[in-house]
Amino acid sequence: MPLMTMVQALNLALDQSMAADPDVLCMGEDIAVNGGVFRVTKGLLEKYGPKRVRDTPLAECGIVGTAVGMAIAGLKPVAEIQFSGFTVQAFDQIEQNMARYRNRSRGRYPINMVMRCPYGGGIRAVEHHSESREAYWAHTPGLTVVIPSGPRNARALLNAAINHHDPVVFYEPKAVYRAFKEDVPDEPETMEIGKARIVRDGTDITLISWGAIMRPTLEAADDLRDLHKVSVEVIDLLSIKPMDTETFAASVSKTGRCVIVAEAPRTCSVSSEIIARLNETAFEYLQAPIKRVTGYDIHFPFFQVEQHYLPDSETIVEAALETLAWK
Amino acid sequence: MRPRSAPAVAGNGHASARPRAPALTAAATSLDLGAIEYLQILNERGEVVNAARDPHLPDAELLKIHRAMVLTRKLDIRMLNMQRQGEMGTFAPGLGQEATQIGQVYPLEARDWFAPSYRSFGAQLWRGWPIEQLLLLWDGFFEGFGPPPDVNDLPFSIVIGSHVLPAVGIAQAIQYREDRAVILTNFGDGAVSQGAVNEAFNFAAVVKAPIVFICENNGWAISMPVEKQAATQWLAQRGVGFGIPSIRVDGNDVLGMIVATRDAVDRARNWKKGGGPTLIEAVTYRMSLHTTADEPKVYREESKVRAWESKCPINRFEKYLVHRGTLKAADCERIAKECEDEVLAAREKFRSRAIPNPREVFDFVYEKMTPELRQQQAEYFAKLDRKGIK
Repeated sequence: MPLMTMVQALNLALDQSMAADPDVLCMGEDIAVNGGVFRVTKGLLEKYGPKRVRDTPLAECGIVGTAVGMAIAGLKPVAEIQFSGFTVQAFDQIEQNMARYRNRSRGRYPINMVMRCPYGGGIRAVEHHSESREAYWAHTPGLTVVIPSGPRNARALLNAAINHHDPVVFYEPKAVYRAFKEDVPDEPETMEIGKARIVRDGTDITLISWGAIMRPTLEAADDLRDLHKVSVEVIDLLSIKPMDTETFAASVSKTGRCVIVAEAPRTCSVSSEIIARLNETAFEYLQAPIKRVTGYDIHFPFFQVEQHYLPDSETIVEAALETLAWK
Repeated sequence: MRPRSAPAVAGNGHASARPRAPALTAAATSLDLGAIEYLQILNERGEVVNAARDPHLPDAELLKIHRAMVLTRKLDIRMLNMQRQGEMGTFAPGLGQEATQIGQVYPLEARDWFAPSYRSFGAQLWRGWPIEQLLLLWDGFFEGFGPPPDVNDLPFSIVIGSHVLPAVGIAQAIQYREDRAVILTNFGDGAVSQGAVNEAFNFAAVVKAPIVFICENNGWAISMPVEKQAATQWLAQRGVGFGIPSIRVDGNDVLGMIVATRDAVDRARNWKKGGGPTLIEAVTYRMSLHTTADEPKVYREESKVRAWESKCPINRFEKYLVHRGTLKAADCERIAKECEDEVLAAREKFRSRAIPNPREVFDFVYEKMTPELRQQQAEYFAKLDRKGIK
């Protein structure tokens, strides 16, 4: 199995999906000749030609709106929004059409499309380039929202998203794009959308996270084990909507304690939703209030100070210890 | 308040040293956007004024077109009546726009696509949507939105101009598959102010998409007259700015509409041979309400409406048909009666089907219901059960 970065793994998923299915096409700003600003679509133009790898005019609303039309006509477009911060320009088409067409056509026109968006902070980007707004999309009926955390699951999830018969918002943690490599098998691999993964087994406390912040969460789990002799269970959510309540409810029912770690602002967020669901499913097993380590309800800070905004392993360890100490 | 002649920024000695930009003169601000053709084949008296563009349709076709316009009007009037009696939800009448409606879809083949906005039931009838389904739709039954199986249309859009980008996407899918279909989409004068519509023009122009844009300029976006909607002299000039061949048509002249649209459909079908999108501004008038929730007396004078009465698309077409001997005056009454009967028969079908089914509201959100939805559906069904609702 070759070692790959997330960028390479995503490229592999696109390449293999396009090779397997002539209805799959890629579109977006600077994705063809330039191979995408992060090079996720590099080499695809040469392989599949300009009909299937399309540079579009610079208009996100136009990209999503025309992708919806292609999906209505039975194609499977994978539309790249260069940075998730620019999805707001496309909000109109995402909410009014992408999310609704199956329902408003009474099933006649399902929307088999993927909207890929690099999201999140930590790469010293300019303003509007670091947001984590997954909660917006999770709130919209009709959408499916997934966020991989590493090269291998990114490849498998993107395969799944391209073959999903409903529109998928695919958030790519750009801080992970080239941060580390993993073995990614040559043969196409997929995964079920809506399933979380238990990435560490443990019995004392559950840490739930997703996307780029899985890394400090896993570092924190290591420190808790090595320095504090705590048995930590770590869950990688992977799918924001649908959300695998069963997996985290079972885990928290076992450990009785939970910390949720997220990059997004706290209020009305995915972390809020997890707490609500644990309240419904694991209330009688809780031994301490559920704690959150999240971003703040502020505009994402400019990059000279962004490291202080993002959750780090030290803060996560502290939150876990406080939760464990609660009697 | 400071006097108008005072400088906008208080001077600190530097301002006066700055070179002054030349003042824009009237000449510099009036841009030449090029000539826009205005097509009219039948004038208000039903006379052929542009014989060179007469499509010379056979009598049987002319009669089909006439009947479709009459049926559209009968349905319109009946729906307003039903709404006023509490038997219909809020709907958008299309009175006076029958020629625009039928003329734009007449040149389409069944396999072509049609992406309408909401004031389109004339065109929808022509495309094969049953009257009773349109009644269901406007009476608040989501079932009405699903296109009939053999009709290649989108459900009409509600949000102004939101369907135009997807329509361009469908045109691109047609190109992708090298199909010979085209797509036609319509929207009103207000929609040209929407960013999404302007993006759609641009996306279509850049790839020479096989699409026909029909801007039904009926003079009003609820209370906003078209003069306040855009600063260009004609809305069709918007297309020129995007590199899209554009034309204005008398939207109350069904032959003019047919010819303009037929030419545009041909251009779209020949996208590989230099064709592509066309923008048609159909100049018509909203004789009735924006919707049944609207009161035009608040914002427009009745005299303006009366000025358009003599331009009625159905009267002028009947005059033309009678004059050329295709129709006798007595036939007009008979056809009106037959159309009225057709609408009433459809109303009966509508009444027999107008039974709400609150249990299907979760069914079309996703292909497979998510665990969340299954749980919420169970709660919702339990609520209905408690209330004894089937």
